Amino acid sequence: MSASAFSAQAHHNFNAVADHVLGQLKTGEELTLNLTAEETLFVRFNNNRVRQNTDVSQTGLSMRLQSQGRTVDKSRTLTGDAPTDCASVTQLLQACRDEVLALPVDPNQVPMANNGSSHDDFTGALLAAQDVVSAVVGPAAGCDLAGLYAGGVVIRANRNSLGQSHWFSTETFFLDYSLYNGTLAAKGSYAGTRWDDSSWAANLARTKRLLSLLGRPRQNVAPAGYRTYLAPRAFADLVGMLGWNALSASAWKQGRSPFKKLVEKEALLSPMLNIDENFSLGLTPRFNSLGEVSAESMPLIGQGELRNLLVSARTAKEYNLTANGASDGEAPRAVDVQCGNLTEEKVLKELGTGLFLSNLHYLNWSDPVSARVTGMTRYACFWVEGGEIVGPIKDLRWDESLYQALGSKLMALTSHAEIDPATDTYFQRALGGTRTPGALIDDFTFTL
Amino acid sequence: MPISNTPFEMSMEGPLQQALDHACQVAEWAGVRYSSELTTQRVVRNDRPEKNESSLEVGAMCEVLIDGHFGYAATADISSAGLKRAFERAIATTRATSAHKVHAFSGAQRPKATGSYRSHRTRDLTQTSLAEITDCMLGATRAMNISPLLVNRSASAFLVQTQIDFYASNASHTRQNFDMTDLTLSATAAEGLESQTRTWVQTGQFGGEVFDKDSLARHGLQTAQDALALLGAENCPTGRMDLVLMPNQMMLQIHESIGHPLELDRILGDERNYAGWSFVKPEDFGQLQYGSGLMNVSFDPSRANQLASYAFDDGGNPATREMLIEGGVLKRGLGSLESQVRSGLPGVANFRSSSWNRAPIDRMANINLEPGKSTLDELIGQVEKGVLMSSNRSWSIDDYRNKFQFGCEHGQLIDKGVLGKVVRNPNYRGVTVDFWGRLAGVGRDDTSHGTAFCGKGEPSQVIRVGHAAPPCLFRDVEVFGGAA
Repeated sequence: MSASAFSAQAHHNFNAVADHVLGQLKTGEELTLNLTAEETLFVRFNNNRVRQNTDVSQTGLSMRLQSQGRTVDKSRTLTGDAPTDCASVTQLLQACRDEVLALPVDPNQVPMANNGSSHDDFTGALLAAQDVVSAVVGPAAGCDLAGLYAGGVVIRANRNSLGQSHWFSTETFFLDYSLYNGTLAAKGSYAGTRWDDSSWAANLARTKRLLSLLGRPRQNVAPAGYRTYLAPRAFADLVGMLGWNALSASAWKQGRSPFKKLVEKEALLSPMLNIDENFSLGLTPRFNSLGEVSAESMPLIGQGELRNLLVSARTAKEYNLTANGASDGEAPRAVDVQCGNLTEEKVLKELGTGLFLSNLHYLNWSDPVSARVTGMTRYACFWVEGGEIVGPIKDLRWDESLYQALGSKLMALTSHAEIDPATDTYFQRALGGTRTPGALIDDFTFTL
Repeated sequence: MPISNTPFEMSMEGPLQQALDHACQVAEWAGVRYSSELTTQRVVRNDRPEKNESSLEVGAMCEVLIDGHFGYAATADISSAGLKRAFERAIATTRATSAHKVHAFSGAQRPKATGSYRSHRTRDLTQTSLAEITDCMLGATRAMNISPLLVNRSASAFLVQTQIDFYASNASHTRQNFDMTDLTLSATAAEGLESQTRTWVQTGQFGGEVFDKDSLARHGLQTAQDALALLGAENCPTGRMDLVLMPNQMMLQIHESIGHPLELDRILGDERNYAGWSFVKPEDFGQLQYGSGLMNVSFDPSRANQLASYAFDDGGNPATREMLIEGGVLKRGLGSLESQVRSGLPGVANFRSSSWNRAPIDRMANINLEPGKSTLDELIGQVEKGVLMSSNRSWSIDDYRNKFQFGCEHGQLIDKGVLGKVVRNPNYRGVTVDFWGRLAGVGRDDTSHGTAFCGKGEPSQVIRVGHAAPPCLFRDVEVFGGAA
């Protein structure tokens, strides 16, 4: 089925199922429906050959029933056949009603509202399924390429019993890949809405050039503190930790926020740091699972100070805060780190002697109270002396507080930024992404 | 109201056979893996209902072998027409990609399989009422309510009922039914800028027998007391010292530094663009001294109640217990029949997928460190200066599975063979083979732990793994605490 046909059929079926189930509600019942759907071709590559191809067509419907002060959530897969799905969803509604009778009152329940309507349909020009492999591996002939192509349509939609209606459909692809030379590797990513052979060739050529730099003599760098440049993708990984409870209002209230000191003004980040939730990047819908629509842009960190925590409606109800359209998990969905003034050509000169890191790996809080994060270097990472790349390093472990790395040790942000669309594929293709510049950090702590 | 899955019956004579016959007009072999999984989560926080949700996932993965290449298409439309359409998609893309296949496979990688499996449990989950579960969860959070410093008290019950039916054109038919529960109690104590969280977890293939209100209340109380003790504790000291790891941290140590590096698909390079490669090379099998002579590690899908016990993997390969490491020497990898034929190495039945919408890949199942002979007191008694650590809190390891750093919720100093005061923010780091070489004592009493969320693969998938281990003693490890 073509992407546009899948999207049109999913829209038709969603409305049929929604009309069917919303029409069954009784007085005092409120219902919200959320649809997730995709038709995606996944092709996994190893050594520039195909390891597995998987074509996935899936649609899931979740419903939240609020009745008698109780809240029940249920979801199930849909078949795509409207009569079959209408019958299944009727059963789901009845199961919700049965549970309402057995549950205690939910004092943090948020009354449903009509948060308006929206409709976005973004079509693309993707490769036909039978053309994907030759288009990818042809230009990469002779390369040891490992990675994943994912392409197709991704849908999010929402309706509720008060007339709210949102639809978001987008047709995109990504090719997330690595080029290897023995154990040395460089990371690349090509993503968009329209596959273009010349753009792929140019993207591949850039990664090949990065890989060629790894051919220089490998440097043994002892664990210590070094001035360090995090290229945009590496910096995106570090900033990504803010999505692990740091900016969540509920985490703060429940003693789980690594940014408690920042929230309570016991610590500051660098005044050059400005981070927004910016939906104008167009990577993800502005509506959340309640159908609330976030502001197009909202400051999270401004000049190193906390401007806004992400507050979901449920958290707002529990702690008497003001909700700001955050999703249930209260993690940013469209992080945008504002650029600085370090130009790309001056990065190595300003770094002087230290480490140039293209990518980081496997980050985790190592001491949440002090916002300390540990992780590894990965892919194209170099020792730099006198503003010149000397050679690649062996992977190093680092362990550093964000109050330092994004605070007193942050020396500069680059004047260029890169958009890094989400490539997560757990359960289903993710939407969203980040835009980040590179960052120059002094005395970054390497431990192993 | 009982929790119930949607019962299903598929017949080889029905729509399924028609779909397989349709696929085999083109394919050398065809199979369908049909999955129905009901996941229910009940969470109570601070004595109030926080989450009551369930999810029913029903679908089928259609698989074909064409020109020596296996390809897949997933559909939730399990009608005869739906399965045929999925097979047509699988055939079309597999035909187009097979010229670039990584290896020429054959039907030998999909042996004929017949049989069944059912989780060992004493009380079916369908006999456990929502009211009973809610009562247990409420009882646990109320038992934790012993101090205003406990700002967060939560109890979570995660219940999974799964049926997986596998049918193939070589007359394979297996049925596997799994009941799984994960109970997690969590208490966070906070004062000023400091906070500490302690958890208690029970996870495995269990049924409704785990819902024992009195037992959960006792664990809740202990969890809350531990969180308060941690809040008032000193930071873990920094330096090289001996380390005793309890089974609930050994789980993570085994998982990250034994399980993942032994996966043959990683060694073959499939995972290089995502989770990474492995320091283990094909020539290391039968040769590499992975750890001290006390180290014996098994792949055991047969242990009752462990999270990843099963009878067949998703390729139809019968699952049997195998030794991976004996006397510290690496013997066998974690590789499916596909990885075995690609690498020429011995493997296990571990070709597993997370659900109907993902193709199988090499995964861990139950990877267990075999018990030794020491009591916990005897292990502690051998330590002049050290720390005992419990319950994983932080985990990170490099993409070759060498340099790791792990943190725990709870630490206790050991001084001259005696267990002493509690310390908070205990962490340690090391390098895999060097670390396992420091294994100097293995307890005699193992317990099983696990996680339902081991992530891997492209497209990515989470899978359930179990790890049983006794307490273990490691000599002269780099230990450190949090910020002062």
